[in-house]
Amino acid sequence: MTRVVVRRLGYMLVTMLLASLTLFLLFEIDPETVAANVLGQYSSTEQRRLWLTQNGYDRSLALRYWSWLSRFVTGDLGHSRVFNRPVAEILWVRVGNSAILAAAFFAVMVPMSLTLGVLAGMREGSRLDRLVSTFCIVTTSIPPFASGIFATALFVFGLDWLPGTSSMIDGFSPRELVLPLLVLLVYDFGYVARITRASMADVMATAYVRTAILKGTPRRRVILRHALRNALIAPFTVIMLQVNWLIGGVIVVEFMFAYKGLGSLILEASLAQDIFLIQASTMLTILLAVLTQSIADIGYGFLNPRIRYR
Amino acid sequence: MIALLRRLPASPIAIIGIAIVAFWVIVALLAPLLAPLAPTRSLQPMALPGDRGPGGIMFWLGTDVLGRDILSRIIFGTRSVLLYAPLATLTAFAAGIAMGLVAGFKGGWLDEALSRFADLILAFPLLILYIVIIAKFGASAVNIVLAVTLGAMPGIMRITRGLVLDQRGRAYVQAAQLRGEPVWYILIVEILPNVRGPLIVDFCLRLGYVIIAIGTLGFLGLGLPPPNPDWGTMINENRNMALVFPHMVVFPCIAVSSLVLGFNLLADGIRELSQTE
Repeated sequence: MTRVVVRRLGYMLVTMLLASLTLFLLFEIDPETVAANVLGQYSSTEQRRLWLTQNGYDRSLALRYWSWLSRFVTGDLGHSRVFNRPVAEILWVRVGNSAILAAAFFAVMVPMSLTLGVLAGMREGSRLDRLVSTFCIVTTSIPPFASGIFATALFVFGLDWLPGTSSMIDGFSPRELVLPLLVLLVYDFGYVARITRASMADVMATAYVRTAILKGTPRRRVILRHALRNALIAPFTVIMLQVNWLIGGVIVVEFMFAYKGLGSLILEASLAQDIFLIQASTMLTILLAVLTQSIADIGYGFLNPRIRYR
Repeated sequence: MIALLRRLPASPIAIIGIAIVAFWVIVALLAPLLAPLAPTRSLQPMALPGDRGPGGIMFWLGTDVLGRDILSRIIFGTRSVLLYAPLATLTAFAAGIAMGLVAGFKGGWLDEALSRFADLILAFPLLILYIVIIAKFGASAVNIVLAVTLGAMPGIMRITRGLVLDQRGRAYVQAAQLRGEPVWYILIVEILPNVRGPLIVDFCLRLGYVIIAIGTLGFLGLGLPPPNPDWGTMINENRNMALVFPHMVVFPCIAVSSLVLGFNLLADGIRELSQTE
């Protein structure tokens, strides 16, 4: 097990390094454009040359990447042009806000999709099963921006129950969190529920579950003690792998409801071409994505003793 | 493939999916005949659905901030979504299948290199990959297609690679190798037809996701440049009016959701049929 974890971590490190190199090259391969970006398009050639020398841009590309990387790793993320503040200062506040959103989302999504998936998969082909399956196909077909619009039209314009923006100007307000959460749920829960359903249906069809039922074990006990344990392995992996996918939904939701989180920060940074802010915020989401992928991999081997890594 | 098409009527889900997709394809083809007005013509801003404009023209779905007929824009917008989404998905499949075939069949360092490349792309959350690329290189049809191709390629490559690994040791492949067939022949003529089932299902599903992705880019303001009638861009342009005139954004949202639903139902129907085979 330790060997698997170590190998997986090494592998994660290589991916992160490659991703950082890609981001570095994408934005900093030509020093001239960096100088023009930081100093503005009306800066003089003199100013740009001075800035480049001062910031070590006259060195070779490899050396520049190395110093960029070592500063990055030690937490010096550079200066944001748009906010005119150190990137690190802006970033962590935004990350905290997104974390609140994500925590609330998982707290609702995991129990809801697992329960619905298990109930549907318990009796394949039942009316409940078909209802859940159809509901899941429809909800996963609605793009997050569209469910956001539908929810706004209904709950804000039509019924006037909820606020239409979630900028939290007057401090934290749970009411403002409802619509973003709803949209993320519609976007993500159907997939997890469908995987859970399929996994549960597979387990219910296995010989050991049939044996347990035939020998007269109460159905409740068969499901809770025997079936669930194996049926929940696949959903665990999927929930972890979904994080990569969820980040897309978070961007849309934060943009739509003006929520000050990491997703809207990445969008603002990209639209303004704020180089250092893009690099830092993007690297952070990549770290998150690679980390959850690794947890999914390691956890799968841990939960399922039939799969053992060489 | 033909056998599968013949059995499609057995799946009601697939039929509904095909009907929805066919509806939008016909709308796209007959757009100039169906649209009551020109999609870029500015007539009367903020008309509600059912309002009548100058000269008694009927705005069935109302008009947008700039006074353009929403129904006509949705009808013409069908053309862009049904052109760029399938185009991007096809290029992604061409590239992904080629990589997967080679990686799965050749193995060794080539497989290792291609797989690491796929992992690198998969490490980027998809929408962030798109946003970074489009914001850097500009929003144009070509860049959107290229970004989507790059983002979808690794997933397709992994599926194809897995399918090829399963086929590589089979007798018909060995027979072809003994006959001295070139590698490209074995890959394309021998192996590819045997792995197409799961790939067709994946194509329908992925097409749905690509439609969502292109729509999302439009919604975020990174879509096709105006005044092209594009569903995502339409929503972006009228986003600020959503709380006052929801009709401006609700109808394009219904259009895009229904199209994605059509492809998802089709994928589900085909998968169901191929499982009962």
